[in-house]
Amino acid sequence: MGPDMQTANAAKTTGDRAPRTGTGGLAEAGTRLKAQVRNLNFYYGNVHALKNINLEIAEKRVTALIGPSGCGKTTYLRCFNRMHDLYVDNRYEGEIVLRPDGLNIIGKGVDPIEVRMRISMVFQKPNPFPKSIYENVAYGLRVRGVRKRSIVDEKVEQALQAAALWDEVKDRLHGLAFNLSGGQQQRLCIARALATDPEILLFDEPTSALDPIATARIEELVHELKQRVTIIIVTHNMQQAARVSDYTAFMYLGEVVEFSGTDTIFTNPSKKQTEDYITGRYG
Amino acid sequence: MSAVPSELSQRFRLRQVRERAVEVLLFLAAFSSVAITLGIVGVLVYESLAFFGHVSLWDFLTDTQWTPLFDDAHYGILPLMAGTLVTTAMALVVAIPIGTITAIYLSEYASHRMREIIKPVLELLSAVPTVVYGYFALLFITPLLQKLFPDLPGFNMLSAGLVIGIMIIPYVSSLSEDAIRAVPMHLREGSYAMGATRLQTALRVVIPSAISGIAAAYILGISRAIGETMVVAIAAGMQPNLTWNPKEPAETITAYIVQVSLGDLPHGTLAYQTIFAAGLTLLVMTLVFNIAGYYLRQRFRQAY
Amino acid sequence: MEDIRSLIARRKFFDGVFAVVGLLSLLVGLITLLALILDLAVDGVPRLSWQFFTSFPSRFAEQAGILSAWVGTTLVMIVTAATAVPLGVAAGVYLEEYAAKNWMTALIEINIANLAAVPSIVYGLMALGLFVYQFNLGQSILTAGLTLALLILPMVIIATREAIRSIPGAIREASFALGATKWQTVRDHVLPYSTGGILTGVIIALSRAIGETAPLITIGALTFIAFLPHAPVTTEAPYVSFQWLMDPFTVMPIQMFNWVSRPQEAFHLNAAAAGLVLLVMTLIMNGLAIYIRFRFRKRIKW
Repeated sequence: MGPDMQTANAAKTTGDRAPRTGTGGLAEAGTRLKAQVRNLNFYYGNVHALKNINLEIAEKRVTALIGPSGCGKTTYLRCFNRMHDLYVDNRYEGEIVLRPDGLNIIGKGVDPIEVRMRISMVFQKPNPFPKSIYENVAYGLRVRGVRKRSIVDEKVEQALQAAALWDEVKDRLHGLAFNLSGGQQQRLCIARALATDPEILLFDEPTSALDPIATARIEELVHELKQRVTIIIVTHNMQQAARVSDYTAFMYLGEVVEFSGTDTIFTNPSKKQTEDYITGRYG
Repeated sequence: MSAVPSELSQRFRLRQVRERAVEVLLFLAAFSSVAITLGIVGVLVYESLAFFGHVSLWDFLTDTQWTPLFDDAHYGILPLMAGTLVTTAMALVVAIPIGTITAIYLSEYASHRMREIIKPVLELLSAVPTVVYGYFALLFITPLLQKLFPDLPGFNMLSAGLVIGIMIIPYVSSLSEDAIRAVPMHLREGSYAMGATRLQTALRVVIPSAISGIAAAYILGISRAIGETMVVAIAAGMQPNLTWNPKEPAETITAYIVQVSLGDLPHGTLAYQTIFAAGLTLLVMTLVFNIAGYYLRQRFRQAY
Repeated sequence: MEDIRSLIARRKFFDGVFAVVGLLSLLVGLITLLALILDLAVDGVPRLSWQFFTSFPSRFAEQAGILSAWVGTTLVMIVTAATAVPLGVAAGVYLEEYAAKNWMTALIEINIANLAAVPSIVYGLMALGLFVYQFNLGQSILTAGLTLALLILPMVIIATREAIRSIPGAIREASFALGATKWQTVRDHVLPYSTGGILTGVIIALSRAIGETAPLITIGALTFIAFLPHAPVTTEAPYVSFQWLMDPFTVMPIQMFNWVSRPQEAFHLNAAAAGLVLLVMTLIMNGLAIYIRFRFRKRIKW
């Protein structure tokens, strides 16, 4: 895999138009760009974990990142809300430009906290805080200094409804979040992320710790949520990517091998490696 | 050839006996800790019972004077208890805020390298012999405080309390820091991902999650402060004095035990028994705090 | 967006303020430690001389020394270590490797946790009632050593358990798979691999015992001793004598306490010098413990 591979994915355009994918303009009409990733490199100390990534993220669409373990898909996802800043010796190069305002998320002098207020994340393992259901969802608002009870109440209810959890918990909003089942906890974490109206929602293998029924509910939810928010989802499960996403990027050894409409990737991949992975020959 | 199996089984049986013997010995060693407790409680209760044969429990708990060595003997524990509580309170005023803030700083703000260096150095504070702290309180801190309060007597609870506070900082900070660091990273990430700052994450997510461990640290600090002996015996004076004013000299329960032990101590006299009654009071006080702490911990116990 | 920016700026300001407050509270402890060491050094260093280490206490401050005190401390520590280490390590091994999950184990564990919170002077009272008067051991080196041994026993047990717990189960399984018994596994693998952790805990516990004053005063240790205990080694067969175990004694912290509670300033200088020696001893022991922990952590990686 050489530099030609990376330039194949490069999209140097800007503006309000559909994302260009590895095999050309497959985008449906009416989609707009939410983010552009240009020449992104990422290092853990001396380890070059992401290599020259170029990618475009469509607004209010689901983009899936797939690839074998250790290919860098989670590392890539965590760049979007600067989670890597929490640990020392991590270094970004290149840019991730947010549309429409053109903020470079990983630019020097850009505040990671500001980025995280705009881009929320749902983690691999449900991680509710040891607080009540209500306080979990309200946390983002509290962090932003929202005090007014009526506003918080309203936002909490909206978020829980959007996360399809409201009916199950409305009678025990002040009970501990730990008493929920794993699937409910994960939907709570989604509600927590939604309560602050993020522009992009990141999902890091959100169903890997859940049973099939809970998984199906989360997938349904992702499908509904793209009406209101741009979604990027890392998944280990190719069927899941096929079911929920509009675009799919296949990553291998820290590079994006192929990026295309999900249908194309799964029915007519243009790279041998993609085909091998999708047909289960490795990974 | 038929001898082999029987030989084997004999060796097998021998081995079993040896294994069993080792286990019994090890168990006895572990059980010795229970024997210590029984010894402590037994001795204290036995001698205290003899004491309460002469002095009523009511007088012991309500009399406001403690003069067991005078001709006009009074046996009210209140002055000694007041001394203990005042010095302990002074110590906590120092140790709890400083220890807690230090713990948060070390776990959430300091670099790994800084933490690796600072933590052991800070723990030296609790390794310094208490008699050295007594010297430091009497001959360094008190003269320093006298510049601030010119009427401060040479023996006072303020200086002793402050020094005990410094001494127990590591109990509070190290254990709290352990508890704080045991909070899983994914909880912090959940908070940071919402745009929280370090301080918000620490105060709203990390501390509430670690609260039971932090409470345990406080309780240990309180136990140490209540039981501290040499600092108060040296720097707070050896005169029973029923007062809540830390600037006055006063005797604590522990200092009284030291004072009596230093003199000639005829076995079996009432004076001899007073120190056991005082010791039992001390033990009950620490026990009360520990039980209270235990219930608080149960109440706030969190599973991550 | 501007609103959010100013909000973030405010939050970050508080974050910065806290960082400063944290650093300051860290410094309170460190500066006090430094002040304490300097204070002792300034007063005590001029008194440190060969004469100070080789003289008995005296009515005259300039002639007084710490000979009986450091000899006493050494002998008491030998008794303490010889008692607390085997007992504590055995108890730790039992609780980690053998103990079944039943009420007895729970009782022992709760008991050890509670013993750690018992004030040291209470151990002294127990020793006074039990060792001195019940077992008639007198106010001897043996009584003192046993008292301090019981005092540090919980620390040794806890350190042993922590050290043993860090050994992965796979090591034990490997040993069992080769046909070793439980005790063989403990003796040949568990104990050797946890030596570093145990040693660290033991040294820290002993450094705590070396500075303990209150329980020894309580058992009635003398503060003025102008003679040495019987020598442990004799010129005649059997060349070893245990008579010193029953001798009266004084130790470093009691000697220091005696000097600091006198009104004359000259004795305060002696106290500072004795305190300095004591402090250096504890600091060396703690330093050694940190070094051992560091070495073993580097050498063994599971």
